[in-house]
Amino acid sequence: MTGDRLIIGGYEFKSRLFVGTGKYKDFAETKKAIEASGADVVTVAVRRVNITDRSKENLLDYIDPKKYTILPNTAGCYNVEDALRYARLARAAGVSDLIKLEVLGDERTLFPDTVGLLEAAKILVKEGFIVLPYTNDDPIVAQKLVDIGCPCVMPLAAPIGSGLGIRNPYNLKIIMEMVKVPIVVDAGVGTASDAALAMELGADAVLMNTAIAGAKDPIAMAEAMKYAVLAGRLAYKAGRIPRKLYATASSPIEGML
Amino acid sequence: MMTEAIQIQVNGEPRGCRADATVGDLLRELAIKTERVAVELNLEILDRKEFDQRGLKQGDRVEILSFIGGGSSTDYSVRVS
Repeated sequence: MTGDRLIIGGYEFKSRLFVGTGKYKDFAETKKAIEASGADVVTVAVRRVNITDRSKENLLDYIDPKKYTILPNTAGCYNVEDALRYARLARAAGVSDLIKLEVLGDERTLFPDTVGLLEAAKILVKEGFIVLPYTNDDPIVAQKLVDIGCPCVMPLAAPIGSGLGIRNPYNLKIIMEMVKVPIVVDAGVGTASDAALAMELGADAVLMNTAIAGAKDPIAMAEAMKYAVLAGRLAYKAGRIPRKLYATASSPIEGML
Repeated sequence: MMTEAIQIQVNGEPRGCRADATVGDLLRELAIKTERVAVELNLEILDRKEFDQRGLKQGDRVEILSFIGGGSSTDYSVRVS
C-alpha cells in the first residue's frame, strides 16, 4: 500500500505498527524484533543513567534515531507533576518534541488518570510538545484531548501488558468516528488477530510492546504483527461485507444438472 | 587540596567532587557522553549548552537520565485463565 502514509504532528510514517522496547532479553533481541516488525515509531522510557557500571550499553546504540522516530514516554508517572518532569527531561535528552504522555491512575490496572492526563496535556501542548496521549477508551476524553491540541489519540484496547485484546470494540469505533485525528490503539493486544481487528475497526495504527517482547519467539511475533497490521489496514480500506444471519450461495445455480 | 572538597548527590548516591567542578566536569569524570542525556540540577533541567558553565556546590542534587527500553508502564502481572 504505497502512498498510504500516516501523519501525526507533522511526522510521516510508512508503518502503522508502533513498538515498545521494554522487556526484551537484550538490546540485540530488541533490535532484531524492531527490524522484523517494520515499525518506524519506537517508544522508549526515560530513566537514571547507571553511573556505577558504565560498561552498560546504550539502547540508542542499537536503535538508530536517524532510522526510527524515537517516542519517549512518561511511563510510571502517577501524577501531573511527574509526567511533566519526565516529558521535559525527555525533550532535554534531545531526540524531539514528541512525547507519549501517560498519567496513570492505579498500579494494578495501569489505567490512565484521564483528569490528570488532560491537565498535563494542556500544559505540554502549550510548551510546544507534540503530545501523543495514552488514554482510556472514552470518546469524550478523546475529543477533549483533541480540543487541547493533541495530534492523535491513543486509547487502550485492554490494560497494558494484559494481552486481553480488544475489549471494547464499540467504544473504539465511536472514538474513530467522532475524533478527527489519527487513532492509535495502544496497549492490550495479545496476538496478531487482535492487531488486525484494531485495524479493521478503522484504527490508524497500533502500538504494542508486551505482545511482541513477551512472546516465546519475539522476532517471529514481531513479523506476525507487521502482517496483521497490514492485513487489517487493507481489509478496512477494502470494506468488509455486511454480516447476515443466513447463507448466500457463492456458486451459481445455473448450469447445474 | 583540589580533590573531594565538596559532597554532592548524583542519581541518589553521595559523591565527592572538586569544589570548582562544573556539571560538564562531572559528566566527563563519569564517562557519560552528553548527547542524549538530560541533566537536572536541584530539580532544574539544564540546557546542554549550560553543562560547562554550571558549577557544583555542596549538597547539590544532580540527576542524569537517558533513554532505556520501555513501551508502557511496567506490567502488573496477574494471570487470567
